[in-house]
Amino acid sequence: MQEIIMSKAEKKILLKVDNVGVLKNDKWLVKGVSLEVKKGEIVTLIGPNGSGKSTTAKIALGIYKKIEGKVSRFTEKVGYVPQKISIDWTLPIRVIDFMLLTEKLTNDQINAALNLTGVEHLKNKSLSNLSGGEFQRVLIARAIAKQPDLLVLDEPVQGVDFKGEIALYELIKKISEELSCGILLISHDLHVVMSATDFVVCLNGHVCCSGTPHAVAKNDQYQELFGDRASKILSLYEHKHDHTHAQDGTIKNK
Amino acid sequence: MLDDFFIRALIAGIGIALVTGPLGCFIIWRRLSFFGDTLAHAALLGVTMAVFFEINIAFSVFLISSVVALILIKLQKNTKLPGDALLGLLAHSSLAVGLVVIGFLTSIRFDVMGLLFGDILAVNQNDLLLIWIGGALILLILKFIWKPLFASTVNHELAEAEGMEPNKFNAIFTVLMAAVIAISIKIVGLLLITGMLIMPAAMGRNLSNNPQQMVKLSVIGGLLSVIIGLFSSLQLNTPSGPSIITAALILFCFSLIKFKRYSELKK
Repeated sequence: MQEIIMSKAEKKILLKVDNVGVLKNDKWLVKGVSLEVKKGEIVTLIGPNGSGKSTTAKIALGIYKKIEGKVSRFTEKVGYVPQKISIDWTLPIRVIDFMLLTEKLTNDQINAALNLTGVEHLKNKSLSNLSGGEFQRVLIARAIAKQPDLLVLDEPVQGVDFKGEIALYELIKKISEELSCGILLISHDLHVVMSATDFVVCLNGHVCCSGTPHAVAKNDQYQELFGDRASKILSLYEHKHDHTHAQDGTIKNK
Repeated sequence: MLDDFFIRALIAGIGIALVTGPLGCFIIWRRLSFFGDTLAHAALLGVTMAVFFEINIAFSVFLISSVVALILIKLQKNTKLPGDALLGLLAHSSLAVGLVVIGFLTSIRFDVMGLLFGDILAVNQNDLLLIWIGGALILLILKFIWKPLFASTVNHELAEAEGMEPNKFNAIFTVLMAAVIAISIKIVGLLLITGMLIMPAAMGRNLSNNPQQMVKLSVIGGLLSVIIGLFSSLQLNTPSGPSIITAALILFCFSLIKFKRYSELKK
């Protein structure tokens, strides 16, 4: 309890990425990226394909070693949902073995996490027999089961059906509130980005713009990157949720 | 009891099978079968070096295999050649250099066949000591690093992201592979080491659906191969090392049949 009060008074910084870049084959994958993730905060990375979102996440996680700039992580308890992961079929591995991959967990913790993402019934199935959406849910369950301080989610709901997608994003939001962990999220879904996150970083090889969802949506560079429709998403959202009319009057076009 | 050459061979074989089972699983999972082969070829160079400098064979083999493994890692980072090409390069060049060195050692009569196929029936008590103490050490280390090693086998980036230091444990695993080759070269010979590492584990894979099960089954498979192989070599007067591998092959074939029937039943 005390901890919660403390964290509210002064949000603890969990991850600080300071002016980082990665050079690969004489090409900068990303350059000059800085961001911070604090406790209980969701930071999203958005940007077009090849803009370095996943690369930035990997830098933040310490997967890329040869980098420019500085990364400081202030916690050891990190949960990661990678964008692409392929499990070799030569490995006989069940969901329950996969859950225990990097952490010692009790049976209750495993069940609870699988239950949250709606895949408890798959516990004893082979990983190779899961569908894409099922596997994605298992990946999320694995990352949250150990109640991490910092969660890095790279396109966490890819391949999940529409209904499940909404439920999973609600779950992510709930996790960030309940565990008060920091989340670094990469998402294509601008609806989610605009409605559920605290801070948005718009990448295109470098940081184009960053700020609250509201501020970013109004930024010229953001509109240039994502087009006119993207900025309307924000208006749609704001209309739906706080029932005041958006200031820019784009609602008429809905 | 240890005076009997057959009992000694049996104890030695069992010791080897206990170690190659778990290590073999990782070799299959990590797709390192050819890598094991390369290390085994490098072992030949190790043996000739041991004779040349008059040092302990196991130690020399371990040293040379580790060096070759390190060279491989270095080459992988610094060249644009694919991994299998590099492995072929190292395997054949170390084998060739090993044989050339043998050519220089004209004063010593070299039992090349013994090196290639091993001579389990010639095991003495010192060898037994080396196999069991070395083997216990290897298994102990493997148990100790199991979790991070397994995590980095499943997914390197995931392991790295969640603080499992995969590079460190991959390197330790490479050393363990060199060590198992060093202790078993005299028994099964360098051509059969990879067989002993891979075949029981391959059998285990056919019958298992989780990693622990596969490890247990491959240990059982290895033990059975040694026992069946040795007894039949005694009965049929066949070479002992190849007999063990043949027994492993037969077990593997059985595991295939069973596997198919089982999946048919499920349908």
